[in-house]
Amino acid sequence: MADVLWLIPALPLAGFVLLMAFGRRLGDPLAGVVGTLTVAGSFVVSLFALFDLNSLPTDERVVQQTLFTWIPAGGFSVDIGFLSDPLTITMCLFITGIAALIHLYSIGYMAGDENYSKFFVYLNLFVASMLLLVLGDNLLLTFLGWEGVGACSYLLISFWFTDEANASAGKKAFVTNRIGDFGFMVGTFLVWMTLGSINYLEINERVHGGIAAGTATAIVLLFFLAATGKSAQLPLFVWLPDAMAGPTPVSALIHAATMVTSGIFLLTRLNPLLEEAGWANDVIAWVGLATALVAALAAVAQNDIKKVLAYSTISQLGYMFLAVGSGAFVAGVFHMITHAFFKALLFLGSGAVIAAMAHEQDMRRYGNLRKYLPITTVTFVVGWLAISGVPPFAGFWSKDEVLAAAWDNGPAGPVMWAIGVVIALLTAFYMTRLVAMTFFGGKERWREPEELPTDPAEAAAAEHEAYEDAPDAHGHHLTPEHTPREPNWTMTVPLVVLGVFATVIGLINLPFGEKVDYLADWLDPTLAHAHEALSAGILAVLAAVAIVVAVVGIAVAWRVYAQHKGSPEKIELPAFEHALYIDDTYAAVVGGPGEAAFDGVATFDSEVVDGAVNGVGRLTQLTGRAVSVFQSGFVRAYALAVAGGAVVLLVFVVMRMSSS
Amino acid sequence: MLAQVEVSLTPTWYLVLAAMIFAIGAVGLLIRRNPLVMFMCVELMLNAVTLTFVSFSRALDDVGGQVFVFFVLVVAAAEVVVGLALVVAIMRRRQGADADDLSLMRG
Repeated sequence: MADVLWLIPALPLAGFVLLMAFGRRLGDPLAGVVGTLTVAGSFVVSLFALFDLNSLPTDERVVQQTLFTWIPAGGFSVDIGFLSDPLTITMCLFITGIAALIHLYSIGYMAGDENYSKFFVYLNLFVASMLLLVLGDNLLLTFLGWEGVGACSYLLISFWFTDEANASAGKKAFVTNRIGDFGFMVGTFLVWMTLGSINYLEINERVHGGIAAGTATAIVLLFFLAATGKSAQLPLFVWLPDAMAGPTPVSALIHAATMVTSGIFLLTRLNPLLEEAGWANDVIAWVGLATALVAALAAVAQNDIKKVLAYSTISQLGYMFLAVGSGAFVAGVFHMITHAFFKALLFLGSGAVIAAMAHEQDMRRYGNLRKYLPITTVTFVVGWLAISGVPPFAGFWSKDEVLAAAWDNGPAGPVMWAIGVVIALLTAFYMTRLVAMTFFGGKERWREPEELPTDPAEAAAAEHEAYEDAPDAHGHHLTPEHTPREPNWTMTVPLVVLGVFATVIGLINLPFGEKVDYLADWLDPTLAHAHEALSAGILAVLAAVAIVVAVVGIAVAWRVYAQHKGSPEKIELPAFEHALYIDDTYAAVVGGPGEAAFDGVATFDSEVVDGAVNGVGRLTQLTGRAVSVFQSGFVRAYALAVAGGAVVLLVFVVMRMSSS
Repeated sequence: MLAQVEVSLTPTWYLVLAAMIFAIGAVGLLIRRNPLVMFMCVELMLNAVTLTFVSFSRALDDVGGQVFVFFVLVVAAAEVVVGLALVVAIMRRRQGADADDLSLMRG
């Protein structure tokens, strides 16, 4: 079975080629059906790969399949080869599973879009690249996938590119990620120089004792830089909130469930290297924690439903880095899986709401939607409880494990844990705020638009839009008479399926002893060493605190946003709305001194560099013009010159001879 | 009785003659403007050089100089073909043109 491993990425790739060639002719909805089926096929193959791997003895669960040599260059050679081990297959399963559901959802969500087939072209290419990223058996192949998912991400963020904001959001993602990719490349070079291979199995084999601690630290920090770009961590997280300009299924698939987790995957893949990397691990943990905190604060004050979820994603990714930096790779991967399910569910749910509300994304115009959207409401509530950490939903188990790992992380552990708990409180709060504002609260606020607090900047923007006379890319505007309707089955089925998984997926790794932590057992061969388990007593206390915190967060938000007691303005500080002004600072720095510096560089280029080049040209011209005087065209003058020259030579020779 | 002056033709005589011919050719090239005459002057200089070759060949008893002369003759023959053709072409285009009129290729 291992020899059909290549089918996993090949199927979506085939779908991409097929849709590229015939997509327009297949049209709506056939193009979507083709896209969905190829990804679903890939999921089935992944399932077979899982059973195949499971039938092997525990310590032999590493299957490599080399297709051909990709780059032979002297002593350096890279294969196109796939690596199947518990970590990859786990990734493949949830990537293809969620991707198939989101494809199905997109059939309904994108219906009627003029670039319907193009959407599935990009989406299939994305899935193929993502699978290449996780299945590749060497760093370069992973990098190929890494860039592939990046390219699809930019294309899909600016999918509705006629709106300039969407196009520049894509550009922003592109530029920000470039900084991270630089880290990936330099890290790969360093690995090759020190270990002589970029194949994962060889790297992980040679790392122990084969690398100086300083080098390992440098490599890990470089790869972490790559991860901060792709997985939206401080200081490079600023592109993800803007990436919400893309269609909602894209936000669910790429910017919540799969692509943004590739940074965690990369570090987990290289976990033996992290073992050697000393303080780089603390950097990872603290950066993850800081990101989680900043993003959670920002999520509290967003009014765009997708922006809340975007900051929430950044915050949850921070948790995963906290786990990875604490050496608890199982907890990181576990949270990655549960997060993929409940965040995809939440995004798809928000997409259903947005579609039902004539593409209005401002939560201040929602309210009481449970009356109109029963299925969406129920599934969304499941996702909400899961992310807030209410047992027995999935998020509780994984978040609990991350927090326990933080507690256990050396002397600073309890501090990290405490900050993590604060983040959990904020998470419960902002998610409850979202749910209450959208589905509950009694008021149907789009019916009284004058209730909208007017923000001068937004009013100006709205006026600008009206002036541009651009009919909203999607055609409609929310009117007070609007009646939201539940979307069709292609959109509700994925919601229900994801809702079920968001409820039960936590069962794959329960903290009740050796027998039931299946995921830890399963991933064990991939990881350098297993994390020491805390005593059951401490675990129980930590879990109890987490539950109390979740309930408090939910209760406070419920009181403010569903029962309208207390004033939201005290909580939604402007600093939070602007994510502590980090993005604005970047904009100010790059736009002010940055631009001046770039102008200086440009001047240097046009004056000094170009000046040198042009100067050489001008010098040659002048010399030529000066010397061309001698080319008089008079043959006799030439003859005279030759004769004169001959005489001079003769005199010279004769004098030399006579003097010697 | 007239003193008999023994005059032997030493190579010096030949060399002096060659130098004179060369000088005539060179001066002619510099002062005449008619392309045909200038061309003939060049030939004169060439033949002076040839004569020098032969003289030294004889004086030094080295046949190499005479071999060289054959090469010079062959090249001269070829050169005459091209040179005369050029002169004819120039004369056809511009009747009575002298060398100073032919300065179109100046820089």
